[in-house]
Amino acid sequence: MAETTLPGMVPDTPVASRGYWSSVFRRLRGDWVTIFCLVVLLAIILSAIFAPWVAPVDPYKTSVIRRLKDIGTPGFPLGTDELGRDMLSRLIYGGRLSLLMGITPVINALVIGSLLGIVAGFVGGKINMVIMRTVDVFYAFPSVLLAIAISGALGAGLVNSIVSLTIVFVPPITRVAESVTTSVRNLDFVEAARASGAGSWTIIRVHVLGNVLGPVFVFATGLISVSIILASGLSFLGLGVRPPEPEWGLMLNTLRQSIYVNPWVCALPGVMIFITSICFNMMSDGLRAAMDVRA
Amino acid sequence: MISYLIRRLLYSVPIALGVSLMIFMLVHLAPGDPISAIAPADAPPDVIERLKVDYGYDKPLPVQFALWLGRAVTGDLGRSVATGQSVSGEVMSAVGNTIMLSLCAALVGFTLGAGLGFVAGYNQGRALDKAATAIAIAGISVPHYWLGMVLVIVFSVQLNVLPAVGMGPGGSSDWAWDWAHMQHLILPAITLAVIPIGIVMRTTRSAVAEILNQEFVQALRAKGLSERHVLGHVVRNVAPTVLAVMGLQLGYLLGGSILIETVFSWPGTGFLLNTAIFRRDIPMLQGTILVLALFFVFLNVVVDLIQTAVDPRIKRA
Repeated sequence: MAETTLPGMVPDTPVASRGYWSSVFRRLRGDWVTIFCLVVLLAIILSAIFAPWVAPVDPYKTSVIRRLKDIGTPGFPLGTDELGRDMLSRLIYGGRLSLLMGITPVINALVIGSLLGIVAGFVGGKINMVIMRTVDVFYAFPSVLLAIAISGALGAGLVNSIVSLTIVFVPPITRVAESVTTSVRNLDFVEAARASGAGSWTIIRVHVLGNVLGPVFVFATGLISVSIILASGLSFLGLGVRPPEPEWGLMLNTLRQSIYVNPWVCALPGVMIFITSICFNMMSDGLRAAMDVRA
Repeated sequence: MISYLIRRLLYSVPIALGVSLMIFMLVHLAPGDPISAIAPADAPPDVIERLKVDYGYDKPLPVQFALWLGRAVTGDLGRSVATGQSVSGEVMSAVGNTIMLSLCAALVGFTLGAGLGFVAGYNQGRALDKAATAIAIAGISVPHYWLGMVLVIVFSVQLNVLPAVGMGPGGSSDWAWDWAHMQHLILPAITLAVIPIGIVMRTTRSAVAEILNQEFVQALRAKGLSERHVLGHVVRNVAPTVLAVMGLQLGYLLGGSILIETVFSWPGTGFLLNTAIFRRDIPMLQGTILVLALFFVFLNVVVDLIQTAVDPRIKRA
């Protein structure tokens, strides 16, 4: 983590800031894999947001006579689940909670972690020690174990899952923010700004934030896919949302009992998690390459 | 080296203390105390009070922590409030199963990951590299609990060649190294092996690519060394980085196995943890997490030491 110096993040010339972002945009435009993933993600996100209009039927409507229908059944293109609910509609609705549970913790952690990391890196000394040693303690847990431990202690539920995943992602983001801040703080232009009379607040606002947020943001986008897998994993264990809420991990959990009846319908929610997570990963890689961040 | 070893061990003491404190506090975040969580709603207050005294939940938190820590150091993690069994006993037998599963998964995952990474780094930019990178991204992105389900669907439901759940024939939990038991290990180990493949592959790939770009490799080739010997030099230079990542990944496997153990009903710590959570069995929860986390702390120390031993350039003493 110590070598998080960022050749591309530090503007080469005093007027490079606009040039940098337009070159990032230009590089992204030529990267069709990233564009494709972005389009897929947008489709999933938009259909989740507009689920009531997109989904063909009510995702909660059960029926005893049409349980576990095959993929391709007329009227139910992706079959039905163990209670006879339309899979396609539930998968579309499921995106709402799964994405919410996956993305919110990363956003929360991005805010909290950057704040802690920038303070630790900029102030240094005792405050740095307290913050970073606490972070070390959290690093002593494998992330899955930490998430399950906190969720298990707090109990099941949407908010508790988001809280536990936020706690999981704050330490890594704090570490990245701290190491970038420390390296930026020691650069000549910060010294120059201080010599020319800029106060700490101005230096943080202009120089530190400007150079730290980019790499931290790219790092955080890479965490979204982990977060989505973990969030659905918590629901899969029964620690996330409760039935009958449509959520991909929970759907996998309840459908697991039916794999001997209609195996491929039961695997569908996992396909959604997989697609979403792989697209977030590819997009993060593309963003990292375009922004020339080595984090 | 000896003084580094001692300093590294001393440094992990505050971490281990912090971990214990966190685990202790964690379960007190939950609403209600551990006894009222499991006692029937109509239990008379005096019974609850006596249970609290029995389990030590009547004392102030710092005292409880000191007592708990003092007992934990001597290997006593208390009794399960759900079954009354000794926590250490149950955790120890489960930890063995989890470690066995994780080691098998590590063997498969690390070999594949390092192999793919080496091939990709050596053929940077070519089709082989792209294929290996695609496998790595898929490995990182796949929800492994779902992959476990898919493997069960293919190999147990459709082909009917491998058992879907459990650790031995007829649900036995006594392990033996024969085919009847080992076929239960195949699916969970492969599923779990997918977790480290991506990370190990990426690390190996970038380390190999970086070493190959260095001038000494050119010098070796200019000297007329065969490609096999050049590769030998590359391996030796890549080893410390890759070993460090593998060590950490082994720790993540122990944590990640929780979900896989649930899918395959593997009687390990994940299974234990899952049961403890749903019974709100606080001592069991604390004990299991403590053992796993301390094992991870210990693993980190070992990784650091191995890295120092393998790479003479790291002089930390």
